[in-house]
Amino acid sequence: MIGLIIVASIALIGIITVQIARLSEVAGRLRGEADMQFVTNKRNGTWMIGFMVIFLIACIGSALYYKNYMLGYGPHGAASAHGPVLDRIFNITLFFTGIVFVLTQIALFYFAYKYRGVKGGTSDHISHDNKLEVIWTLIPAVVMTFLVVGGLDAWNTVMADMSRDGVPALVPSAENEYLEIEATGYQFAWDIRYPGEDGLIGEKNFRLINTGTNPLGQDWKDEKNWDDFMASEIVLPVGTPIRVRITAKDVLHNFYLPHFRVKMDAIPGIPTYFVFTPEVTTEEYRERLKNTPEYNVPDDDDPSKMRWETFEYELACAELCGKGHYAMRKIVKVVDESEYREWLSNQQSYYVSQVRGTDADPNKGEVLGYEIEDRKADFNVAAESALNATVDSLRTVQLEYVTFETGSATLTDNSKYELENLVGFMKKYSDVSVELAGHTDNTGNADSNTALSQARAEAVYNYLSQNGVNGDRMRAIGYGSARPVDTNDTEEGRANNRRTEFTVLRTQGDV
Amino acid sequence: MADIIANRPLQEEKLIEELGFDDHFHEHHHGDKYQSNFITKYIFSQDHKVIARQFLITGMIWAIIGGLMSLVFRLQLGFPEENISWLKPFLGKWINVNADGIGTLDPQFYYALVTMHGTILVFFVLTAGLSGTFSNLLIPLQLGARDMASPLLNMLSYWFFFLSSVIMFYSLFLSTGPFSGGWVAYPPLSALPEASEGSGAGMTLWTVSLVFFVVSVLLGGINYITTVLNLRTKGMSMWRMPLTIWAFFVTAILGLLSFPVLVSAFLLLMFDRGLGTSFYLSEIFINGQALEHVGGSPILYQHLFWFLGHPEVYIIILPAFGIVSEVLAVNARKPIFGYKAMVYSILAIGFLAFLVWAHHMFMSGVNPFISNFFVIFTLIIAVPSAVKVFNWISTLYRGNIRFNAASLFAIGFVSMFISGGLTGLFLGNSAIDIQLHDTYFVVAHFHIVMGVAAFFGMYAGVYHWFPKMYGRFMNDTLGKIHFWGTMIGAYAIFWPMHYIGLAGVPRRYARFDGYETFEMFASLNQFITVAAIITFGFQLLMVINFFYSIWYGKKVKDKNPWQASTLEWTTPINPGHGNWEGNIPAVQRWAYDYGTRDDGSDFVSQIEPMTEKEKEQVH
Repeated sequence: MIGLIIVASIALIGIITVQIARLSEVAGRLRGEADMQFVTNKRNGTWMIGFMVIFLIACIGSALYYKNYMLGYGPHGAASAHGPVLDRIFNITLFFTGIVFVLTQIALFYFAYKYRGVKGGTSDHISHDNKLEVIWTLIPAVVMTFLVVGGLDAWNTVMADMSRDGVPALVPSAENEYLEIEATGYQFAWDIRYPGEDGLIGEKNFRLINTGTNPLGQDWKDEKNWDDFMASEIVLPVGTPIRVRITAKDVLHNFYLPHFRVKMDAIPGIPTYFVFTPEVTTEEYRERLKNTPEYNVPDDDDPSKMRWETFEYELACAELCGKGHYAMRKIVKVVDESEYREWLSNQQSYYVSQVRGTDADPNKGEVLGYEIEDRKADFNVAAESALNATVDSLRTVQLEYVTFETGSATLTDNSKYELENLVGFMKKYSDVSVELAGHTDNTGNADSNTALSQARAEAVYNYLSQNGVNGDRMRAIGYGSARPVDTNDTEEGRANNRRTEFTVLRTQGDV
Repeated sequence: MADIIANRPLQEEKLIEELGFDDHFHEHHHGDKYQSNFITKYIFSQDHKVIARQFLITGMIWAIIGGLMSLVFRLQLGFPEENISWLKPFLGKWINVNADGIGTLDPQFYYALVTMHGTILVFFVLTAGLSGTFSNLLIPLQLGARDMASPLLNMLSYWFFFLSSVIMFYSLFLSTGPFSGGWVAYPPLSALPEASEGSGAGMTLWTVSLVFFVVSVLLGGINYITTVLNLRTKGMSMWRMPLTIWAFFVTAILGLLSFPVLVSAFLLLMFDRGLGTSFYLSEIFINGQALEHVGGSPILYQHLFWFLGHPEVYIIILPAFGIVSEVLAVNARKPIFGYKAMVYSILAIGFLAFLVWAHHMFMSGVNPFISNFFVIFTLIIAVPSAVKVFNWISTLYRGNIRFNAASLFAIGFVSMFISGGLTGLFLGNSAIDIQLHDTYFVVAHFHIVMGVAAFFGMYAGVYHWFPKMYGRFMNDTLGKIHFWGTMIGAYAIFWPMHYIGLAGVPRRYARFDGYETFEMFASLNQFITVAAIITFGFQLLMVINFFYSIWYGKKVKDKNPWQASTLEWTTPINPGHGNWEGNIPAVQRWAYDYGTRDDGSDFVSQIEPMTEKEKEQVH
């Protein structure tokens, strides 16, 4: 019904307008067309002036009214190191164009009013004025030169890549260090990848992409990938140069951080980058907004909070990528270094947490460099604590990674990493003696279990002595299934019971 | 003075008879066998004036469709929570009605509307409707030619446009919807049907339609160029041509050089879509699988597209330049200020138009070093543009301005061109473009400078030459209401978009409420939407006025109702095919001899011989 009334009133207004127009034409004819033209001229000339005044006031007034919302003004000074430079060029351009805008609009409308046709009025035959035309060709040319020089200077600085002596690092601290992260756009979200401890982002290949187990197509053969982690938010340490490597999986996207004046297309097949340094933490930005009336109103989504409280830096897509283009938001947080480190400590390598040891892992069955390092560290901690233990029961260390071929006493290839750790330990503490013990679960014949465990303990013994540890300092014993550490009723328990251990027998303290 | 005006028509006919050029038109074209029946006269007509009107009316229909589309997506942007299930009878499944009966616009269709709005307005309305109409109407009339160099190609030009229109119109009704990847149609989005519903059949039809459109532009363009170069009447040197002709001439050259590049871009895109080539595609994983394409570059398409795309904006605006120059001079009763500077500006802009395309691509991953050149050339364009603005303003200075719908729109054009042109200096400077690229600031900029301004030029032309097209006047009061409504309305729509853009809001977002930063302009977006609806209403007023006046408008009684000096006003009020009945007029002077003279008259027709005194001070 309301719709009908609206339609009817619009139609009515239309008909009335048309009728007024027709009547005014008739009236004009009655009055004489020439005279009517002068009336029209005066009326429209006056309106020109009226329009100009209202238009200019509205332009300036509305600009002031919305000032605090616009990036670069009020609380919205750029949050990056290069941002203020761009904002300044904007303002310089605004200054010149503002002058030209006001002057030309005034001249246009004023001349229209001033030189409206009046009865008996005349027009001058002025066809050109070379001097004037040269002047108003030169002035814009000079101003343009000025703007071009300023703009290009800034452009080439801002768009420059990291310098060659820059070193990528997860937590940049030195002058030449920077953090490189990777943003990958796809329909309709972003995946953010951090480089992990090594500071380096691993290789990827779109043919390796698997939505479930490898969303980016990381090449797990590349060790740079092993520590890379995916982040649900972009968290950046303040004051640190950031190089964003920008890629796309399917169509074009655009990595756009409005508050940092960062924008760059993400292109499948052609990685791009943007380098910037965040200078203002999220908290500091909120503080700025807090002092602005426009942001001291209840938030639209959560009226229990003020607008400034809910503020977040945001990542948006700025290149049409399909029907979900408007919904590729990701939160960006700029924090101080300690907060950044704390956040880092909660992040897990995608490879280690999701892929390592699964069927999707091409390195399955191999021990990787970082694991050797980790195991060595773990071993050293355990061995040192056994060495210093005062209670006998704590002097035993399980050689978790020493394993044998099924049913035999042949050491697997991967066992040697752990055994090397033990060799190192024995060499470091040359006065230490150890007992090397083999254990089995309770399945099968007890005698053969004991024999197998004895043989396995001896295999370890042999390895050590072949690697330079004196046989006098070791003894090898097979306990069979006599000393279980877990239940033998479950497979898991039985697996725990099948083990190789060493026990520190004597140290200098004992003697 | 009254005598002079009263005697003028007779005097002019005498001049044409005495000094004009006899091309034996009547001996060859007696009875005009080409226009013997209804079909050849009104449908498959080879008369440039009929073809002009065909272009205009087709353009108007498209403008209404494209305008209505913008209202639908403006409703979405201004009132995203509002129930629009009442649109369901028109838009069907594109309105998602939830359990509560609340209807919302499907985002997919939002993007289809935005894409179609852009395509329709840029190509069908502001290229075909503007350049097609006035180049056709005015080139032969203002040059003193009987018709185009090839009336047949000219007719084909319209019918290829018509074919292109039919295909595009048909694509609106596909079950997967029309193309929805933006009017620029960047691959891979436009190349992969998996990427978007609209990139399937919708994209195929879109491409086919635009290829036919390019054929139309080329057939028209080659005709305009040939006509301007070869069919100028006796005495019509290049430097005596009205600025309209200069503008149409350069426009045609731009079109002829740039549109074929667009076709080549489309051709490679079609290969990628259909034949498995990889011109634009590389390393794509979509819909759960890795595609075979490797080695292509999506940026290559952008280069090819914008090699047309940028000249295209000048193809749109140059005809408006010409029309406005003419209308301002006629109604200010003054010569256009700095005629030669105006011509050189058009030529300079036309030349530079080919050297700036990559300023659309500053943030698209091209080598930043390359951008340096494009920034320089882009900002250089501001110089000839500024010269043109200063000259238009100076044309008003010490004039005796007659306000009518045409002159109002011409003045409005200058205001819009200043407002929109100046924001180009921000966007053309790559450093500032980092922030403003693909935000609403860009939307505001190009709508004002090449959307609204070009429309204003078109309206000025329609009101001014309507008497020549139909032998009747449009209602001028309604025209003035149309002007003021549009002037205020257009600024109300597009000016606030600058602020939204400066707040960082990206364009082509179906909703803003997902972002803290972008959702703050709900009330401003409502204001824009209301302004858009009202402004659209004013355009309907113009449409009503137009069609009403064709049949019922006040009849033209004087051959030269605006007291203009150019040749089209020396033809009969309703000129037949061939334009002049006897001799074609010979031109004696330049096109802008306006200004009050000793004898009380304020213009001299181009066909009047120069006096001895004038000959001494040659223009």
